Amino acid sequence: MLNITIIAVAICICIALILNLWRLLKGPTISDRILALDTMYINAIALILLYGIHARSSLYFEAAVLIAMLGFVSTAALCKYLLRGDIIE
Amino acid sequence: MNSLIWLPFLPLLGTLVPLLSAHLSRTACAFLTAALPALTLLLVLSHAGDIFQGERFHAVIPWIPAIGLDLAFRLDGLAMLFAILILGIGLLVILYARYYLSAKDSIGKFYAYLILFMFAMLGVVLSDNLIQLWFFWELTSISSFLLISFWGHKTEARKGARMALTVTGAGGLALLAGLLILGNTVGSFSLQDVLDNGDLIKASANYPIIVVLVLLGAFTKSAQFPFHFWLPNAMAAPTPVSAYLHSATMVKAGIFLMARFYPALADTNLWFLIVSLTGLITFLVGAYIALFQHDLKGLLANSTISHLGLITLLLGMGTDLAAVAAIFHIINHAIFKASLFMAAGIIDHESGSRDMRNLNGLWKYMPYTATLAMVASASMAGVPLMNGFLSKEMFFTETLHQASLGSLSWFIPVLATLGGVFAVAYSMRFIHDVFFNGEPINLPKTPHEPPRYMRVPVEILVAICLFVGIFPSLAVGDLLFAAANATLNGPAPDYSLAIWHGFNLPLVMSIIALIGGLLMYKNRAHLFKFQAQFPASDPKLVFESAIQWLTRQSQALIAWAENGSLQRYVFFVLAFAVVMTASSLLKLNTTAGQRPEIPLDALSITCAVLLCISALATVIWHRKRVVALITLSVVGLIVSLAFAKFSAPDLALTQLSVEVVTVILLILALFFLPQKTPKESSPRRIVRDLSLASLFGGIVGTISYALMTRPLDSISTFFTENSKTGGGGTNVVNVILVDFRGFDTLGEITVLGIAALGIYKLIARMRLFMPSADGNGLAWSEDRHPMLLKVISQSLLPLALLVSAYIFLRGHNMPGGGFIAGLVTSVAIIQQYIAHGVEWIKTRIKFDYQIMIGSGIGIATLSGLGSWVFGHTFLSSWFDYFYLPVIGKFELASAMIFDLGVFLTVVGATMLILANLGQLTTSERPTQQEHE
Repeated sequence: MLNITIIAVAICICIALILNLWRLLKGPTISDRILALDTMYINAIALILLYGIHARSSLYFEAAVLIAMLGFVSTAALCKYLLRGDIIE
Repeated sequence: MNSLIWLPFLPLLGTLVPLLSAHLSRTACAFLTAALPALTLLLVLSHAGDIFQGERFHAVIPWIPAIGLDLAFRLDGLAMLFAILILGIGLLVILYARYYLSAKDSIGKFYAYLILFMFAMLGVVLSDNLIQLWFFWELTSISSFLLISFWGHKTEARKGARMALTVTGAGGLALLAGLLILGNTVGSFSLQDVLDNGDLIKASANYPIIVVLVLLGAFTKSAQFPFHFWLPNAMAAPTPVSAYLHSATMVKAGIFLMARFYPALADTNLWFLIVSLTGLITFLVGAYIALFQHDLKGLLANSTISHLGLITLLLGMGTDLAAVAAIFHIINHAIFKASLFMAAGIIDHESGSRDMRNLNGLWKYMPYTATLAMVASASMAGVPLMNGFLSKEMFFTETLHQASLGSLSWFIPVLATLGGVFAVAYSMRFIHDVFFNGEPINLPKTPHEPPRYMRVPVEILVAICLFVGIFPSLAVGDLLFAAANATLNGPAPDYSLAIWHGFNLPLVMSIIALIGGLLMYKNRAHLFKFQAQFPASDPKLVFESAIQWLTRQSQALIAWAENGSLQRYVFFVLAFAVVMTASSLLKLNTTAGQRPEIPLDALSITCAVLLCISALATVIWHRKRVVALITLSVVGLIVSLAFAKFSAPDLALTQLSVEVVTVILLILALFFLPQKTPKESSPRRIVRDLSLASLFGGIVGTISYALMTRPLDSISTFFTENSKTGGGGTNVVNVILVDFRGFDTLGEITVLGIAALGIYKLIARMRLFMPSADGNGLAWSEDRHPMLLKVISQSLLPLALLVSAYIFLRGHNMPGGGFIAGLVTSVAIIQQYIAHGVEWIKTRIKFDYQIMIGSGIGIATLSGLGSWVFGHTFLSSWFDYFYLPVIGKFELASAMIFDLGVFLTVVGATMLILANLGQLTTSERPTQQEHE
């Protein structure tokens, strides 16, 4: 049962990632692209957690934590750039 | 053995003596300076008895024996002869210089250079190792440069010194190449091994290269034609230097080299041809030029060139007797030429001029000095009862007994006699033009006899000239025999040192030379008139223009290769890499190896496609910088996912944290750059770069594929096996970083710290132009620090620090470590900068990032040094397991302290760079009217 779920979820995440990239490439505004990147971070977290469940290992969870945290910083920096240009004032 | 090691090093210690005693009186300084060389001379002489019995002393201190590097000295007849010349004449020069140098010259500095040179020369003659010999050889070039340029305020001194250094230095490089090939041919860098393997060397295919390179070194040093021009220009040196370097020692180093390698390299036609012809030409050219010099020292310098040519010619004749004659002439020339230089120095010193057109009739003013100089020049001319006569007779004899030019060999004795004629003529000029021939013209001061003790060195040398000339066997018989034995690396032939050998052909040649020389001098006016028809050429100008031409060419080459275009550098590097790798890949028949491939799954394919598309998008959109940055982030994200998938969680974590820091860095920099890049590449350039890049990408892809499909026996097995037992950690990556290759990491964090400080230094106080609007012309938002961002960032900080501490602590056993933890902490702090601004942070975070870097490197180094306390090697780690209630069993490792150092350095460096890049803007900003 779990295996089937994992495969189904993986397929969903893959589709999501592809759509994210589509949005990222298409734009049209820079905010769209930043949002697409941020969503990709979230999908990547999901993917890593899913892989951890599949491999029955918690070794990968730190990577997920880091993506969650650092992805936020990256997105915040890009947004600040749009807002003010100078991110550290 | 021990006293032998001290021979060269006593003078080395002695270089300090004059510097320390320069504040004493000049006499005291001179005496103290002379003490250590005198002691060394006594040490050398104490070995004399054994050396004369045919013994040879060796002393070796191994250093890196595996590559033939040892500190090795030897004392045999040849080395002892040179050591006696170097030390004996050196002592006389010290005494002479005491009176020669004026009160303005720093005598301490002069003596220090002189003794340094003495050390270098002793090192050359005593070396028993090829590389060591070369090292001392170069040291003689450098110390002689210092001595020649001692009067650095004179332009000719600087130019002469530079010329001497360039010529002898270039020769030195050739010599190094020659000695390296020689050592490789023999299989040992020990001099004795080389001397014992002469036949092997001569049979080897490398022999011609070795001979040419070694001889280049010898010829440049000994001022052999066509490299002779530097010696007259080196006469800008103070006369004691000329007396020491350019008569007895340095210029003899090249001769020494030929004598030293005589058993190993000589005795072939190639050697005879090169050495004897060079010697003959030098002998004649030097003698001819000497006659036309008006400068006293110029005459002596060219005469030295001529005599060096004579010795070289003897060494190139190939008979053992000629080698003996060469050694004998080395002794004689050193003695009479040193005394002549000193006499010339006295004349210059006491009359203020060295120009023989003005110096006339000095006999009346300084009869005593004149007598000494006349005896020495008679020796130079080869007048009987002087030492110069004996070796010149031997030389004439040998020219008659060689056949190196086949049926044309009779040229050599004829030309030798011609050289002898010139030698007599210029010696005659030295005597007659200076001491007689009318009255002095326009001398700056009235000539008079020098101080009593300034004459002593000349007296001693002239006395030796006579002593050797009258009682040769008694004076130098043993020394000459021992030196000849050592030169030939076997028993010397029978020879006779008598003054009278009966009325024979060599005597006739001597008589012709004497009479011819006198006649030539008498008719010198015609010769001078003839010589005046040649256009005057100054070797200094020729040399200088050659050097400048070389400089211009090199600059043009550099300007072509290093034109500041990064594209060009990358092009060169890639093109080279393509050529190097493609040539090997062409030979590889099957790309795929034996290893089974991992089955493909849809997820991997998706990720790969995402990776490719975003990488391509980055390239295509590289001129829209923000968009390119976003697509690049996708690439980074997918790469870290790949690392996680293929069991490299450490790499995944590192990649993620580096990725974010890079993005922040680029955003910071982007603000100051144009938002859109203009099109810079021409279509042709794009095609060129695109094809090269694709080609290289394809090659790297092929290599990776070929590598990954083959079972690879790498060193990783060692690390995996020893990580837990040896380093106390189960995370191999971390144990490698902090333990196995801890020294490497220490170097890396040091570089990181230096780089951060360098960037800080570059951008400190720098203020850049700020665009008042974004790329679309929209004004920036008024809200500097949005509330939402502030709140979330602030609450993120403790969480991030907790994650960081967690990653740091478990790093030794699980994915993590100081580097990742440091980056996470930096990112968390940077987030506060972004959300709150610099001013807000300044009041809250008080520590100095520079101190943080310093303490990080300090802690890491100390943790490494700590292992010394326990008698282990640098950076060996220690670990043990402990038990505490509540917490349970835990491990403590010294590697953790090291990791703390890494952590601090990473945080400090990252923050120093990013926070300061963020401060490039002023707090006042240009404003723009809002668009209605």
